[in-house]
Amino acid sequence: MPKHVVSFIVENKPGVLFKVSNLFRRRGYNIDGITVGALLDPELSRMTVTVDADSRELNQIVEQLDKLVEVIKIKRLDPIRTICRELVLVKLMTQDPEARQEAVEAINENHGLILDIEPETIIAEITGEPSEIDKFLDRVKKIRIKEISRTGASAIEKGNVIL
Amino acid sequence: MVVMTGAQAYVKALEKEGVDTIFGITGAAVIPICDELLNSQIRYIGGVHEQGSTHMADGYARASGRVGVCQVTSGPGATNIVTGIATAQLDSSPVVAFTGQVPKYMVGTDAFQEVDIIGITASITKHNTQVREAKEIPQAVKSAFFISNTGRKGAVVVDLPKDTQTDSSEMVFPDKINFRGYHLVSEPDIQEIEWAAQLLARAKKPVIMAGGGVISSGASSELIELAELLVSPVAHSLMGKGSIPSTHPLNLGLCGMHGRCEANYLVPEADVLLVVGARFSDRTTGSLSGFTTNAKIIHLDVDKSEIDKNVDSITRVVGDAKSSLRMIRERIIELKQGSKNNSEWFKKIHDFRAMSEGLKSNSPINVPDIIRAIRRAMPRESIVVTDVGQHQMWSALFYDVYDAGYFLTSGGLGTMGWGTPAAIGAKVAKPDTPVLNISGDGSFSMTENNLAIAVEENLPITVVILNNNMLGMVAQWLRLFYNHRYSAVNRSKRPDFVKLAESYDAVGIHGEEINQIETEIRRSIKNKQTTVIDIKIDPEENVLPMIPPGGGLKDILIG
Repeated sequence: MPKHVVSFIVENKPGVLFKVSNLFRRRGYNIDGITVGALLDPELSRMTVTVDADSRELNQIVEQLDKLVEVIKIKRLDPIRTICRELVLVKLMTQDPEARQEAVEAINENHGLILDIEPETIIAEITGEPSEIDKFLDRVKKIRIKEISRTGASAIEKGNVIL
Repeated sequence: MVVMTGAQAYVKALEKEGVDTIFGITGAAVIPICDELLNSQIRYIGGVHEQGSTHMADGYARASGRVGVCQVTSGPGATNIVTGIATAQLDSSPVVAFTGQVPKYMVGTDAFQEVDIIGITASITKHNTQVREAKEIPQAVKSAFFISNTGRKGAVVVDLPKDTQTDSSEMVFPDKINFRGYHLVSEPDIQEIEWAAQLLARAKKPVIMAGGGVISSGASSELIELAELLVSPVAHSLMGKGSIPSTHPLNLGLCGMHGRCEANYLVPEADVLLVVGARFSDRTTGSLSGFTTNAKIIHLDVDKSEIDKNVDSITRVVGDAKSSLRMIRERIIELKQGSKNNSEWFKKIHDFRAMSEGLKSNSPINVPDIIRAIRRAMPRESIVVTDVGQHQMWSALFYDVYDAGYFLTSGGLGTMGWGTPAAIGAKVAKPDTPVLNISGDGSFSMTENNLAIAVEENLPITVVILNNNMLGMVAQWLRLFYNHRYSAVNRSKRPDFVKLAESYDAVGIHGEEINQIETEIRRSIKNKQTTVIDIKIDPEENVLPMIPPGGGLKDILIG
């Protein structure tokens, strides 16, 4: 099943995230990633959900979310016209100088930032398409990953359109 | 702007919504609002269990088309409404429940009688919300009523922490509320109407399937006019019973698991199937592969999330049933293809109807005859409510209904015990209309204590119990599909329902034979006395026709 990105504007109130995630649970859909952040209007937030679903399911996800009174606008983002970015913080075990060199190379090739270096570890920040992050993690796996924290995807459509 | 307490604002907001009755049970967390109700003309009907109070509100809503209001305390009061709220929500009945809550500063501390009713009811309501400050109450009440009774109707829960009831604030009572995230469908899309009209105008074997949405939208006459223009037979779901008179020549009756032969054979043979205000429940469609063999499906619904949810349609109309059906009909007349000869199609109705009528039982007092006797005994304008089980299906098959809103039943959730309190609620809504609940011994036992309310509040209802000392519907499945292995379906012969009725100061009668049953029903209505008629029926009697679970519409068992 392909991954889809659904973005929606919600009321910035307690309990709204619960209602959204509860709806996914109740209807049996699995959330791959979810991001939430405030908008300029302090009463609103934007949520972006990445899901694995076939087209009937995806349609239901959008329609059912749209029925929540707290959901103000919703759109399934056009897969071709959407820019999608995710951030990952990853802690690598780098006592071994070769491992350290390998890690620095991988981080630089992915235009990442090194946020912290200690004798045993490096913490890197990588931003990119979720698939690029998957690839990066796959590459540094052999160095030994101590810890990973991914944000989930944030997404926006190209051109003069809004949600 | 006026300063008042949250409780005063609550009662004033209810009055502004035109509320005349509240069903509920009091408790620590709703004392302030109950106290304030003494200063109001609103009738308060105290219950015996909160589940019954929600069913009363639900029955009231279905009989009147107005919002049914229920008010209960926190904790167990709130958890006891869960079944009633889910029942209303699944049948799109406009019910608003107000729950008391512990004071805000105690919320989250597991205080005495604290329960997270917003979390619990999130997936069984159209909307729910907790009031955070007294001044939010007028808007919260107005929003609840608006959301509950517009679009696809449903249940709304408003949680009222006790301090929001007692705190004073300047109150503003809005006349209108703008929601950023709740928009009603305005007029149906012209293009959608055009496609639907074109398909129907060209159909040679059209069938219309009517659901509860037709009744809730008040679209019966539009439905019938369209059916008559097309000479299209009309099948209905359980919730759609009453949308077309049972005696109308184009009526096919109930479709689905216990559907009539004419409905279950003709629906799969249609070339165009117009589904109005129905949601393709599994009990209506049978197996999906047997449901949609040939038909081009047009799905008309006010809730667009229902379209293509279970069954794919070829075209959709998103809109209110009443205006959409009228527009489709007008467009077909313009296309001048409405009146045409499909007499062969029409004749099929009669062939299959004869098959349904041919079903006879050998029992001396068989249930279809009892159902027909109830119909004869009841005035034309009277409300019949059912509980859930075999008696419900017998009623759906054999009880003739002439108008929308006069046959009330728990469809989607299938809540045993719904009937008696719902009948009481219906009686509150229409005090001059006779109300009768057709029940079974299992269903009746679940909420029989509501008889106390019927007697005490002078809300006379008649209950007919089709008593087989058995959880009959499950027993039927065990007979047919589990080789007669009766597990967990036998019931004690206690209590004696006649004596039980008498203990509530109601009238209890043993129903022995058809004429006597008819007479007793007439008497109960004439005397305006709550009456329970206990009729022993054959525990081996099956509701037929039946589609075995997993079967398609044509896999009907008739004997």
